[in-house]
Amino acid sequence: MAPLPLHMLTDPARLFSIRGCVHPETRKFLSADCAIETMPIPSLIRVPLQQHIGVEAEPIVKRDDLVLKGQIIGKARGPVSANVHAPTSGRVIAVGHFAAPHPSGLPVPTITIRADGKDRWGPRMTRLRPEGADPEEIAARVAEAGIVGMGGATFPSAVKLNLRNKYDLHTLIINAAECEPYLTSDDRLLRERAEEVADGIRIMGLALGVRRIIVAIESNKPQAIAALRRHIAGIGPDAGIAVVPTQYPMGSEKHLVQTVTGKETPARALTAELGIVVHNAATAFAVHQAVRYGEPLISRVVTISGRAVERPANVQALIGTPVADALAHCGGLIGEPDRLLLGGPMMGQPIQNLRVPIVKGTNGILALTKSETRHEASMPCIRCGSCVQVCPCGLTPLELNAHIQADDLEGAVKIGLLDCVACGACSYICPSNIPLVQGFNFAKGKLAKMQSWKHQQDETKRLAAARKAREDAIAEAKRAAMARHKAATAARKQREAEEAARDAATPDTPKADHPQTSEAME
Amino acid sequence: MTRQVLVSGPHAHSRFNVSRTMTAVMVCLSPATFFGLFQFGWPAIFLFLLTIVSAFAFEVLCLAIARRPVARFALDGSALLTGWLVAMTLPPWAPWWIAVIGAAIAIVIGKHVFGGLGQNLFNPAMVARAMLLIALPVQMTTWVVPLPIGSAGAPGLLDALAITFGQTADFDAISSASTLGFVKSQLDAGMPLSEILPQTHALHDQFVGRVPGSLGETSAALLLGGGLSLVALRIITVTIPLAVLGSMFVLSGTFHLIDPEHFASPFLHLSSGALVLCAFFIATDYVTSPITAVGQAIYGIGIGALIFVIRNWGAVPEGVGFAVLLMNACTPLIDNSIRPRIFGRTRAGKPLDLEQSQ
Repeated sequence: MAPLPLHMLTDPARLFSIRGCVHPETRKFLSADCAIETMPIPSLIRVPLQQHIGVEAEPIVKRDDLVLKGQIIGKARGPVSANVHAPTSGRVIAVGHFAAPHPSGLPVPTITIRADGKDRWGPRMTRLRPEGADPEEIAARVAEAGIVGMGGATFPSAVKLNLRNKYDLHTLIINAAECEPYLTSDDRLLRERAEEVADGIRIMGLALGVRRIIVAIESNKPQAIAALRRHIAGIGPDAGIAVVPTQYPMGSEKHLVQTVTGKETPARALTAELGIVVHNAATAFAVHQAVRYGEPLISRVVTISGRAVERPANVQALIGTPVADALAHCGGLIGEPDRLLLGGPMMGQPIQNLRVPIVKGTNGILALTKSETRHEASMPCIRCGSCVQVCPCGLTPLELNAHIQADDLEGAVKIGLLDCVACGACSYICPSNIPLVQGFNFAKGKLAKMQSWKHQQDETKRLAAARKAREDAIAEAKRAAMARHKAATAARKQREAEEAARDAATPDTPKADHPQTSEAME
Repeated sequence: MTRQVLVSGPHAHSRFNVSRTMTAVMVCLSPATFFGLFQFGWPAIFLFLLTIVSAFAFEVLCLAIARRPVARFALDGSALLTGWLVAMTLPPWAPWWIAVIGAAIAIVIGKHVFGGLGQNLFNPAMVARAMLLIALPVQMTTWVVPLPIGSAGAPGLLDALAITFGQTADFDAISSASTLGFVKSQLDAGMPLSEILPQTHALHDQFVGRVPGSLGETSAALLLGGGLSLVALRIITVTIPLAVLGSMFVLSGTFHLIDPEHFASPFLHLSSGALVLCAFFIATDYVTSPITAVGQAIYGIGIGALIFVIRNWGAVPEGVGFAVLLMNACTPLIDNSIRPRIFGRTRAGKPLDLEQSQ
């Protein structure tokens, strides 16, 4: 090391840290040293048809069908959607509804498969040599494999790989920050499968046609950094590792981009507009599997942790494995946990039902005890300003909360409600335990509802106006036809009268000429 | 298994809560307080306890009237801290009713009339101090020379009871003026500073606290230590103390350089315990100070400047209470006009230009 830490002046990761942020106890030690174990195949597998942002997949199997491992059972619908595959071989016993891995626990379309235990592969997708392949081809393969963003956002990855058609992309950032406490799935993946992840990153780089690739890892994962460093040269000459400070929410897309490159994404814009795309490290691994081996996304690494879990672990679990099976694999629960979550403790979702399945976006299952959640009754705001200090978006959460409590949503929007990324740093730090981010999420939901209601109303108005216009047009046409008809009749009558007058003047002409003609025509 | 809780994240929380914060402030205040209690003896101890107990009693009473959960709210430590701060600013040998009235003003008028914890516009302890100072100027400016417990001439327990609770104090105390009060009265009498200063306490004594003064305001050194601990514990940020002390230093320094015979040196000001107490413990009160760093800097500079103005041209020798109250009134204005820049937006609230962020 140089006597003067001059490298700190040139390392953007140290220059552009994000404002605010909190440092929750990471408690990653619970599972950080547990090697990834492959879970045995559960007897029942429930694969929801919607595990991604966008349109739900369409089931293409029916009850009593026999499916093979990797066989497509749900087909993507529309441009933003993702395929769903059978995680193992077995019989489809239901194509119906089952509780969602979501706080609501509402039933969602789900395909239930009884595994036959043989785990027989169906025909795999053909292998692809990414080096010579067309970027379109790689993206198509990723789409076919049903790969979605595995950091939790679950946006279909192929759509993001195709962004090069629309924007001039130059940088790919791999998000391996894993800033959520407890979670170690990306950490383990990088430690144990660095070569595969590196290959996946390289493939994504080829698909995007970027010049620079940066893998961002938080400084609390030295072993993952060391493991990836051995393979970073394989990704390409312009690939590098950015060691970012350990703080929450470092893994937030726009904040990570700012930390690594110093560029601040404008409000309401995509990072792609700056030429930067962010993908998750676990997604890179899935891309590697799909392109090199033709295997679709049917399993993922999940961290199972928390003080209420007997034996915290990182497991490779099939998509659709019930949470209860995964917990049982880890020795079960110790007593009644205070919270049972999918995801990390900061942004994870509590679940009501232990039978809900692990899905593509599930990076952790946490069973937290009372001492870990530190949940207390809330007190009045003492205006300490901690929430303002920690907000990575530069908002004033206490004022937002005041506006929302007073039911003044417009006022809240005016001071930045819609710029909130819902990281929860404010609620974490609040000494009065005020549910700040929870209130913001509520307000955003209410706003969306109001907007959709307004949209619906406008649409109804528009349709009613169109109908009125249509009816008016018909009535007008009718009136016009009637008028024409009247005019024609009047003209005929007048003609007849004139003819009659003429006939009277010239009595030679036979009178019964017309009726005869018409009779003859009939 | 069906779970009952349906809550949104985050599902973790920092260690800090209201009562821990209040406790931390009280712990940081205690060295200076114990020093004051020791050097002013038993009367000060009685007065201190009485202020705290009556603050707590008024808090419980107000909570009960407002039908709020008494146990949870009264035990959050905020009333104790308010009572503590009121006691710190009282003359150490003041009679008992000053303590009770002070606590009542702080808790009832200063805090609960506005709606309780977090709702008050003005710092309750400073409201009490200002009202007492205006209503009872004699009692509030009767200082005694420090007589540490056990020293010759210090009042015993019974004498102390008579001083605090008796109708008239028949104990002979050597009353004395505080340094700033003495300097001010002499300046008003037309004496130059070079003649006044040798007659009063040495700067070192004033900094350590062996001088007459309010119960907990004499030792600037211990208050500074406590304040720095607050910063180290991250209960407060350094912005407000730095702004208060900095603006005071710059202003008094400038004027002292221009006219050293009529404007005391900045070190005399900075070594006064009242200023340090204000900078670290009073001005930094969460409820009544701005929430953004820039706002806090403006607020702190305002307090420092006002203290300087009041000390030099005001009617009272000590301007801390009034300066804080005046700036408290500006806090909503500051908060409304100064907000942090939102991520991805300009200060005006427009999204950043794509070219700019490139």
